Amino acid sequence: MSTASVPLPNWINYGLIPLLNLTVAFLISGFVVWLIGESPLDALSLLIQGALGNGEGIGFTLYYATSFIFTGLSVAVAIHAGLFNIGSEGQAYLGGLGCALVALALDRYVPWYVTMPIAVVGAGLFGAAWAFIPAFLQAKRGSHIVITTIMFNYIGAALMVYLLVHVLIVPGKMAPETRTFLEGGQLPKLGWVMQLFGAKLGAAPFNVSFIIALVVSYLVWLLVWRTKLGFEMRTLGVSPTAATYAGIPYARTVIIAMLLSGALAGMMALNPVMGSSARLQVEFVGGAGFVGIAVSLMGRNHPLGIIMAAILFGILYQGGDWVSFEMPNITREMILVIQGLVILFAGALEYMFRPAMVRLYQQLKRA
Amino acid sequence: MDYYDIFISVLASTIRLSIPLIFTALAGLFSERAGIFDIGLEGKMLGSAFAAACVAYLTDSAWLGLGAGILCSVALSLVHGFASITNRGNQIVSGVAINFFIAGITIVLGQAWFGQGGRTPQLAPDSRFAPIILPGADAARDIPIIGPLYANVISGNNILTYLAFLAVPFSWWVLYRTRFGLRLRAVGENPGAVDTAGISVAWLRYRAVMCAGILCGFAGTYLAIAQSAAFIKDMSAGKGYIALAALVFAKWKPVPVMFACLLFGFLDALANFMQGKQVPLIGEVPVQVFQALPYVLTCVLLAGFIGVATPPKAGGVPYTKER
Repeated sequence: MSTASVPLPNWINYGLIPLLNLTVAFLISGFVVWLIGESPLDALSLLIQGALGNGEGIGFTLYYATSFIFTGLSVAVAIHAGLFNIGSEGQAYLGGLGCALVALALDRYVPWYVTMPIAVVGAGLFGAAWAFIPAFLQAKRGSHIVITTIMFNYIGAALMVYLLVHVLIVPGKMAPETRTFLEGGQLPKLGWVMQLFGAKLGAAPFNVSFIIALVVSYLVWLLVWRTKLGFEMRTLGVSPTAATYAGIPYARTVIIAMLLSGALAGMMALNPVMGSSARLQVEFVGGAGFVGIAVSLMGRNHPLGIIMAAILFGILYQGGDWVSFEMPNITREMILVIQGLVILFAGALEYMFRPAMVRLYQQLKRA
Repeated sequence: MDYYDIFISVLASTIRLSIPLIFTALAGLFSERAGIFDIGLEGKMLGSAFAAACVAYLTDSAWLGLGAGILCSVALSLVHGFASITNRGNQIVSGVAINFFIAGITIVLGQAWFGQGGRTPQLAPDSRFAPIILPGADAARDIPIIGPLYANVISGNNILTYLAFLAVPFSWWVLYRTRFGLRLRAVGENPGAVDTAGISVAWLRYRAVMCAGILCGFAGTYLAIAQSAAFIKDMSAGKGYIALAALVFAKWKPVPVMFACLLFGFLDALANFMQGKQVPLIGEVPVQVFQALPYVLTCVLLAGFIGVATPPKAGGVPYTKER
């Protein structure tokens, strides 16, 4: 008998099975560490220490998590509409352009809290614009969104390098980056939040965009589960044919979902561009768009899950830095290994343990 | 340098840059024609480059390196197959996972084993695929027009280059003239019909992804021990995605795949050549224009402005047997 259709209680579906998948991913990561000749347990304890051991570590962890919340939400919104947006990376990159243009234009005239909302809009608009053509091609021309968004990542990277090297570069400087924003274009750090817990933020760039990320998470939850548009998107995600039959306009919903997804990815740029380095640099996204895929899959495409998964990945990134510093044998790229395994087991192999779970569950119920 | 010499040198580097694309795009062809999307081409190429470089270094044998490259790539294909055929997981997600895993593990292991920042040690000439000088190449060099073409473009490549150009007609023959190829194409269009005919969809698709693995193994090996003399971190540098673009551009057909790869290789060679040079009337063309062109062209094609690229119908959809 097929086990695919047997219903399982929620705590198994959303708790036990993801946990099992995640555990396997981490066990294999531990095996890799062991293979290199280091102790996995030592590495783990270093990782936790580096990420959560002091205020500065926590600050960095939350700084990374902020970016991942945005990109995770970006991937999730598209997935709810049945679209696999692999282009969050490029959309975030272009979002940085929007955000930087606003900051460059306003930073000498107004304080940061006036710049911020406009920068959010700018970043969102540019991110959405970069998602528009792939969305349009998917909706009207039937070209596969995965292929087009990959292409747009590369086109975006080439465009941004061109702009930074030839247009936005500070005359006379060698580094391809914009000038440093004045205070009116910088987001304040959240040192006071750390002080509430008696910890010091130190050099960590944990900043106001974390709060924006939390607000946006709530808005995404409202949108997806509490509005007509969200319902239409989810219906489309479950079955495009059924959605069309029910009178949900396919093209419009696809385009709106992708615009939202692109805007969310674009807003990620606030964190590194205005929150941390106060300038636009080459490759500032640094793979956060792809981490969003893992975060969204792990968080089961739910904002709350995404926040938790983003913090977990923040721990991995910050802790990973610490581990590679203390154990030179383990390089920073170990994070990519873990990330790949998490995506594999939590995403592609998510149903691997299901048949076994069903058998176990049925036996338990009979007993 | 006169114009003909420039032409010859750009042509030679076009071929050099196209070879990994041809192998990888053919790999994608086998997989996608059988209905399995493969975003993981990039990772498989990179993984096999690493395996080939390691084994060639340890054994001093280019052929054992090739074997290791193929083995590594086929193993990754089987992971992709297990996820997307047996477990009916999302094929895109599985491919993305493989790319991440390989991008990380090659550097982690490379650093742990050789301590050179993720590189593998430089290979001696004997453990690489050396250029093959075709008969009469040196004698022909002075013949005008044909001489340089024969001596510098047709002769003097390594064996993998010639194999890549043989792989194109061979793939065509397998796909269009054998029973296996017919069934492979059928399973990408209508797996239900293949199943009804009593042929195992899963086994057929597993064989297709294994073919893809073998071809990616050639691509990675070429990068590490034919074109270069070591594995360098991230040396595939997006070629897997360019190959994917070439596959779309060629509308999933073997011979057009070769031409699409040559075109993209040519753009790459041209970009290298044009760097810092002035074009009359336009001035210096930014190198980014050439870099973005294959991707832009692919999007234009996908938009249906230059013919229609119709992917295999059952691509990306896991097959569930009726019960």
